Amino acid sequence: MKTTTNTWAFLVLITLLVICFFTNISLGSVSIPNKAIFNTLFGNIDNTSWQHIIIDYRLPKAFTAIIVGSGLGISGLMMQTLFRNPLAGPFVLGITSGASLGVAIVTMGTSLIGGLTLVILTTKWSIVIAATLGSFLVLLIVLIVASKVRDVMAILIIGLMFGSISAAIVNVLSYFSSAEELQTYFFWGFGSLGNLSWNELLILFILYSVGILLSLSSIKTLNTLLLGEKYAKSLGLNIKKSRLIIIISTSLLAGTITAFAGPIAFIGLAIPHITRQLFKTSNHIILLPATFLLGAIIMLICDSIAQLPNSDYTLPINAITSLIGAPVVIWLLVRKRKMLF
Amino acid sequence: MTDKKEHIILKTENLSIGYTSKKKHTTIASNINITLKKGELIGLIGANGVGKSTLIRTLTKVQAPLQGHIFINDRNLLKINPLELAKEVSLVLTEPIASKNLSVLELVTLGRQPHTNWIGTLSQLDKDIINATLEQVNIKDLKHKKCFELSDGQLQKVMIARALAQDTNIIILDEPTSHLDMYHKAYILKLLQQLAKETGKTILFSSHEIDLAIQLVDNLIVITNEQVVYDQPCNLIKKGIFNTLFPKDLIVFDELTGSFRVKK
Repeated sequence: MKTTTNTWAFLVLITLLVICFFTNISLGSVSIPNKAIFNTLFGNIDNTSWQHIIIDYRLPKAFTAIIVGSGLGISGLMMQTLFRNPLAGPFVLGITSGASLGVAIVTMGTSLIGGLTLVILTTKWSIVIAATLGSFLVLLIVLIVASKVRDVMAILIIGLMFGSISAAIVNVLSYFSSAEELQTYFFWGFGSLGNLSWNELLILFILYSVGILLSLSSIKTLNTLLLGEKYAKSLGLNIKKSRLIIIISTSLLAGTITAFAGPIAFIGLAIPHITRQLFKTSNHIILLPATFLLGAIIMLICDSIAQLPNSDYTLPINAITSLIGAPVVIWLLVRKRKMLF
Repeated sequence: MTDKKEHIILKTENLSIGYTSKKKHTTIASNINITLKKGELIGLIGANGVGKSTLIRTLTKVQAPLQGHIFINDRNLLKINPLELAKEVSLVLTEPIASKNLSVLELVTLGRQPHTNWIGTLSQLDKDIINATLEQVNIKDLKHKKCFELSDGQLQKVMIARALAQDTNIIILDEPTSHLDMYHKAYILKLLQQLAKETGKTILFSSHEIDLAIQLVDNLIVITNEQVVYDQPCNLIKKGIFNTLFPKDLIVFDELTGSFRVKK
C-alpha cells in the first residue's frame, strides 16, 4: 500500500519536473512562442536567433538548474545524516565559505602573489579547481574536528567560524585587489546558472555524475548511519571508509556546483526537509531520488522567477533561493516545533 | 538445563581487560573465564566503574583485550571481520539512536543490514524475520509509529526487536533497564528470559537490578574489585559473593529474599 503511494508521488514529481523544465525554457527576456520552442528542440529551425537563444542559452541554463538543485539537495541530505544534524548543509558547515575562499584567493589574491600568474589563474577552470579544493579542505577539517568533539552543536559553530574566517580573509584580499578582480569575485558570489557553455556544462555533469554515483553507492550506509556510529559499527559497517566516500561525494557535488554556479544558499538545507515532509520516511532509497526530483523542480522554479519573464532584468539566483528557502525552514520549525532528520 | 544440548557460543580464556595508553596498561579486571551457552540468559553485574562496560566493549571487539582470548563459536574474535561479527553478535546500547524520525518498522528493518545486498533490498526471508520479531517482542501495533512518539519502555522493546532481527547467536545489551520504571524493568528482563528460551539465542545484559537478575538469569557474571566470578545465582548467594560487591557501610545482602537492604 505504501509503495503504491510512493510510486504515485514519484510519477507526479517527474511530470512536474518535465513541466517546469519546459516552462523554464519558454520564459526569458525575449518572448518566443511555444511552437517555435518545440520546433527548435526537435530540430526544425525556423528562426536562427531564436534557435541560438534556446540552444546556447536557455537549454544549458535549464540543465544547470537541474544539476544544481538536485546536487545541492542530495549533498545536504547526506550531510544531515552524516553529521546527525538537521541544520547541516553546504552553507552552514562552511563548505560554501571554503569554496568562496578558494575563489577569492584565485581572483583577488593574484595581485598579492604577483602579476605573472594572472593570465593562467583567472580562467574559469582555476575558479572551478580552487572552489572544489576549498570546499573539500573545509569539509575535511570539519570532519576531523567532528571526530574529536562529540557535540554536534560544536561542529556547527565551528562551521560558522570557518565562514567568518573566510569572510575576513576575503575582506583583506579585497582591500588589496583591483576593481576588476573585485567584480569577478562578487559576480561569482551572486550565483548564476546562465554562464555555462555546453563544454563547461559537460565537465560539471561528469563531476556531478561521479558525486551522484558515490551517493547512490552510499544509500545503505546512510540508512545504517541513522542509528548512530556505534550501532552502525555493530552492523558491520566500516565507518571510516563510508564516511570518506560520503565526504568525497558531498564535496564533489557541493564544491563543483558552487564553483560553476556560485554559492547558492538554502537549497542544500531546505530541500531534504521538504522531501521528508512529503514522503514521511527516513529510508534513503526513497529520500535520495525524491530529493533529486524536488531539488531540480524547485531550482527550475527559482530560476524562472529570477529571470523576471519578459523583462530585461535578471535577479541574482542566490537571493531568490534565500527568499524561498529561509521561510520554508522557519515554517518547518514553527509547525513541527522540532527539526528531525 | 540438561547437559546434552549445551553448545558453547562464547568463551573467554584468562581474559584481561583494560586500557592501553602510551605503552602503559591499565588493567581493570583479569582472569576472566566465562563460558556462555546456547539459549542462556546471562546477567553482568558490578558496582559503577568496575569494568562492566569495558568487558562489553572487549567482547564486541570495540577495544582489544590486554591478555587472553575470546572465542565466538570456536573462532578467535580477533580473526572475525566486522561483517561476520555482525552476523554473530548484535547490540543494544545505552546511547540513543541518531535519528528519532525513523519509524519502528524502519528501525527494526535496519537490523537486517548485514544480510542484505549493497543497496539493502529485502528478500522474503528478511521480511518474514522482521514480522516474526515484531510479533515476538509484541510491538506489531507500533509498526508505523515514529521513534520520537514512543515511551522509553516501548523504545527499548523496539531496540531489542532490532537486535533480534539481526538474527545473531548472541545479543548483548548494555544496561537495558536504565531509565525504566519498576514494572518495565521487570518486563524487559522477563522478555529477555523468554526470548533466550524461545529463540535459543544467548543473551547477555549488564544491569544494576541485582534482585531481578538473580530471579531471572541462568548465570551471573559478577565483577568486583578483586575478582570476576561466573556461576549460577544460587551458588553465588551461597558463596556470599554479593556482600563483596559494594562497600559494607550502607547496604547488606539479605540471602533469604535475594535483595539488598539498607542498614538500620
